[in-house]
Amino acid sequence: MEDVKVDKTVDARGSFCPGPLMELIKAVKAQPVGAVIEVLSSDKGSANDIPVWAKKVGHELIYSDQVGDHWKIAIRKTK
Amino acid sequence: MDKRVVVLGGGVGGTMVANSLARSIPDEVRRGNVKITLLSNEEKHTYQPGFLFMALNEGRLEQFQRKEKTMLHPGVDLVLDNIVKIDRDGKRLIGEKGTVYPYDFLVISTGSFPDFDSVPGLAEGSYNFYTAEGAVKLREALANFRRGRILITIDVPHKCPAAPLEMTLMLDDYFRTRELRDQVDILYTYPIGRVHALQSIADWAQEEFESRDIKYETFFNLTEVNPQLKVATSLEGSEVQYDLLISVPAHKGAQVIRDSGFGDEQGFIPTDRHSLKMLGEDSIFVLGDATNLPISKAGSTAHYQADVVVQNLISELNGLPSTAMYDGKVFCFVESSMNQASYVEFNYTHPPQPAEPSKMLHWFKLAYNEVYWLSARGLL
Repeated sequence: MEDVKVDKTVDARGSFCPGPLMELIKAVKAQPVGAVIEVLSSDKGSANDIPVWAKKVGHELIYSDQVGDHWKIAIRKTK
Repeated sequence: MDKRVVVLGGGVGGTMVANSLARSIPDEVRRGNVKITLLSNEEKHTYQPGFLFMALNEGRLEQFQRKEKTMLHPGVDLVLDNIVKIDRDGKRLIGEKGTVYPYDFLVISTGSFPDFDSVPGLAEGSYNFYTAEGAVKLREALANFRRGRILITIDVPHKCPAAPLEMTLMLDDYFRTRELRDQVDILYTYPIGRVHALQSIADWAQEEFESRDIKYETFFNLTEVNPQLKVATSLEGSEVQYDLLISVPAHKGAQVIRDSGFGDEQGFIPTDRHSLKMLGEDSIFVLGDATNLPISKAGSTAHYQADVVVQNLISELNGLPSTAMYDGKVFCFVESSMNQASYVEFNYTHPPQPAEPSKMLHWFKLAYNEVYWLSARGLL
């Protein structure tokens, strides 16, 4: 996790609506191809939702880790 | 020493802050120790939830608008100007004709706006109910629509996360009432892997969709509209044919925020989630859709935030630090048909549970459409 340069971090802790995945999609749209976008989520469902969406679109999942009371999940935008 | 409080934006948040502040410190305002100015670029105040009802021919624009001047406490000075720059170093705003508005405390409530250029073909190929003009056009299109597929697409970020779902459920009822439902196919799409951001709402809505023959496709992020072929394409690789496209475009922050260079990529302002101060600024508060907070862009959000901003402004005007903390509270009615509604309430730490839909909640919502004018005046 420490070796990857994160271009944009989205703090979506405490977000029920729109929620961490929607916040991530918003951020991904504004970043160039190749950028690494990290989302912080207090919802354990994100550890499932975000990798599923990334795989469906074709973005690369860089990491998905629980850090204390929240999750840190990062993807690289591929297209 | 006299203090100037400038509120930028005449929507829900700005109007409530200006009115509540004037009501809370009447003596200081009367003596001129605190001068409250509300800057707006719109003469009329619009209750935007009305657009949903307008599109379904259940209300008209006049019902959802008032002159901003009539909404304000006598202690609030309304100035109509289009602010083109916020100069934080000089603690002043610049109007489009060069007028300068100095401030000691600034409240930014500049809202969010649908970006019809965010997807190729969207402006030409879609209808919407997120602007007054869009709602009027959609009302006419729906009134004349008798057969075919209505496609609903939703982009992020957008304001009022309940509205697209409400539109879909109400459309079903609208065409059933007109005895056209068996000729009208409704296809709802959503950006993530369920039919609404909130899991509990998604579970409830999915059952409603299935029992009412509303079709849905999840993981659908719109990338292109072909108005000639009437095809919508998603990032996830889906291509959908439609006869009438109702689209909720991605929203962006106000032009003045983007031009002043301190918003994020979409023009939303980095904001402390509890104090509602702009990050790195001690004399600027931000509320409503203008913030970058990961919560619903909705009128109720601005309403609850206004209470916190006013309390903190009063503290700061009296030389005290801000102590009021916003807890992330949001409340949303959810219309489930033309005559029933539910609601949800939640904050940063408490997830929502939708209320059982009922006719009473629907009438509550219609009553709130009128009660709103008291809320905005800071009376309720």
